[in-house]
Amino acid sequence: MASAFTSAFEYAPAPESRSVVDIAPSYGLFIDGEFTEAADGRVFKTVSPSTEEVLSEIAQAGEADVDRAVKAARRAFGAWSALPGAERAKYLFRIARIIQERSRELAVLETLDNGKPIRETRDADLPLVAAHFFYYAGWADKLDHAGFGSSPKPLGVAGQVIPWNFPLLMLAWKIAPALATGNTVVLKPAETTPLSALFFADVCRQAGLPRGVVNILPGYGDTGAALVAHPDVNKVAFTGSTAVGKAIAKTVAGTRKKLTLELGGKGANIVFDDAPIDQAVEGIVNGIFFNQGQVCCAGSRLLVQESIQEELLESLKRRLSTLRLGDPLDKNTDIGAINSEEQLTRITSLVEQGEAEGAERWSPACELPNAGYWFAPTLFTNVTQAHTVARDEIFGPVLSVLTFRTPDEAVAKANNTPYGLSAGVWTEKGSRILAVANKLRAGVVWSNTFNKFDPTSPFGGYKESGFGREGGRHGLEAYLDV
Amino acid sequence: MPTNAPTAAPALTDVTASDAALRRFLHGLPGVDAVGLEARAATLGTRSIKTTAKAYAIDLAISMVDLTTLEGADTPGKVRALGAKAVRPDPTDRTAPATAAVCVYPDMVAVAKEAVAGSAVKVASVATAFPAGRAALDVKLADVRDAVAAGADEVDMVIDRGAFLAGRYLKVYDEIVAVRETCGTAARLKVIFETGELSTYDNIRRASWLGMLAGADFIKTSTGKVAVNATPANTLLMLEAVRDFRAQTGVQVGVKPAGGIRTSKDAIKFLVLVNETAGEDWLDNHWFRFGASSLLNDLLMQRQKLATGRYSGPDYVTVD
Repeated sequence: MASAFTSAFEYAPAPESRSVVDIAPSYGLFIDGEFTEAADGRVFKTVSPSTEEVLSEIAQAGEADVDRAVKAARRAFGAWSALPGAERAKYLFRIARIIQERSRELAVLETLDNGKPIRETRDADLPLVAAHFFYYAGWADKLDHAGFGSSPKPLGVAGQVIPWNFPLLMLAWKIAPALATGNTVVLKPAETTPLSALFFADVCRQAGLPRGVVNILPGYGDTGAALVAHPDVNKVAFTGSTAVGKAIAKTVAGTRKKLTLELGGKGANIVFDDAPIDQAVEGIVNGIFFNQGQVCCAGSRLLVQESIQEELLESLKRRLSTLRLGDPLDKNTDIGAINSEEQLTRITSLVEQGEAEGAERWSPACELPNAGYWFAPTLFTNVTQAHTVARDEIFGPVLSVLTFRTPDEAVAKANNTPYGLSAGVWTEKGSRILAVANKLRAGVVWSNTFNKFDPTSPFGGYKESGFGREGGRHGLEAYLDV
Repeated sequence: MPTNAPTAAPALTDVTASDAALRRFLHGLPGVDAVGLEARAATLGTRSIKTTAKAYAIDLAISMVDLTTLEGADTPGKVRALGAKAVRPDPTDRTAPATAAVCVYPDMVAVAKEAVAGSAVKVASVATAFPAGRAALDVKLADVRDAVAAGADEVDMVIDRGAFLAGRYLKVYDEIVAVRETCGTAARLKVIFETGELSTYDNIRRASWLGMLAGADFIKTSTGKVAVNATPANTLLMLEAVRDFRAQTGVQVGVKPAGGIRTSKDAIKFLVLVNETAGEDWLDNHWFRFGASSLLNDLLMQRQKLATGRYSGPDYVTVD
């Protein structure tokens, strides 16, 4: 008998070593191949969300710096765009390989700066980052055959502003196609997660990328606004909130700048009564608790067929009770920290509003660490379309559960949102997958899976989720004069 | 002490009223998405089990091993050696736990029984025309009676895969019920599906429910005699089945992956699957077993390494 064993099977902590990454006490802006101070000397601090420890002091780019960077990118554009595609590909392949070689270092860095679990940076973010560079490296010498006419031309200088939820991956989504098509880049990472972009600047130097082809300008919203408004920028690409996206669209309107926006979402995850239940539960968990729900394509609205609601919710709650929240550097951690105090406040206030409006809140028994920004995985049941938690993007580990009776009702509810970025369909019936997917107004529809990404697959939104596509052959179009 | 399961779960008696009812029930179970199932099993395989958790897991795994010899060339001497090893796996370290059972052919049960006498180690026997199961029911039952009469504490039966694949679920059900009755209160029944031959995950889930409905005390992946035996994915699926079965009927059923689990690292991955799928109620050798022969030595070597800090090699554990 096993009576000799009294304790439960508790995993001992298995933290990834911090010593694989060397974070300097301060970083400058990366302009024209050099790290430099901001013109007005301003700096800001970046902290680790799981501990609130200050990681480094970062130069904050102002208007003068934006101008310097755009000029450097403009100077570099001539030679870079004139290179044969196969030559540009060599640089991109080199960058991809360096990222693979340094992936452990970059994964730890990203986890420290962002708060997401090392399991995700190691197993999802970094492999995808490298894959994007490899994929677009492959396109660089085949642009004539991409379906945009013979020898399509690059646009010029791309001003890119990326969010804090997937700092390095969003950088890859932006920079890889821009460089492959012959554009040069000025990129502003988010103020809470500038480090991996600055390490990427180092990767560019290591790869011998010509000066000025990639410029990195950490800063806040005003830095981004200056970059977007700069008259010598030809292309603006933004991933972030819908509110900021609208402001950018206004700025760019009437100029000749080409614009793509990847904005918010309120993805519907539709589970029919004949779904593979255990895998659907995994997909629901992956859809909303991946990266603490801080994913624009998160499946934040669960639409479950009424007949299996009880059974599914029971399975889901049991599954949530096994999620491990805590030190993001621990290899066994499933749920890490919320990226910033500001975001935590936003999540908290939306959840309180959900409760006040009468939705039923549930979280598994879950101890939150004392320091850092944390939010327990949360479910809302008794939610209707009229509830704020069913309409507003929460961008946190909060799932709203709604029900439906017929496929038509599921589609109507799924589409009844100002957003349209992602959706999921769970059923064992192949014909139903196709029928429902065709009716969903969302840029990505996953069937019997969720939150799967691949560089070959285009990604983008409908309605307030933005316009333009990233990834795949479609992703090239945004950086070509077509 | 948990008792042996009743022969049929009361809440589900209707579904076995006819072949058609049973088929409707089994085909009404939620489907299995193979990609998702395997992805989940792979994710759980990346859990990092270190230090105290690893020491605990290794001892737990040793205590769950059904130390097995199922060769035509088995001799009484070999079975006696196996029994001695099951009782005291590491002669150099008496803190090493005993294994759960030794698993032998019916004609070796009496020898095995004697070899483990006085210990808590059980004797399990593969009966029912193992491993093909292609014999008449009365032959299978005679096989079971022999094993039980010789003192087997556990009977491992194989299902009739031919009948299962032909959709004759009630025949399979009736056979399991008959074997269960023959085991009586003397022996617990492990039902082997030979998952490699069932070939789809949907079939494995149906077989799991079929076995549990018929009164299996354990559901077991495979005989170890075919190309594909226990895998993380099929074991995860069976753990989901026993978890759901208990939720629906209150009856707890054990799980035994068998064949192909050779290293401590693999065994620990299976324990993680148990821990995070069925839960800690199953983390006990009354409810979870490893059907393995070579696994034990690797567990012992890893155990010695944790204790001494050095890896001593295969000559520091016994060969059988």
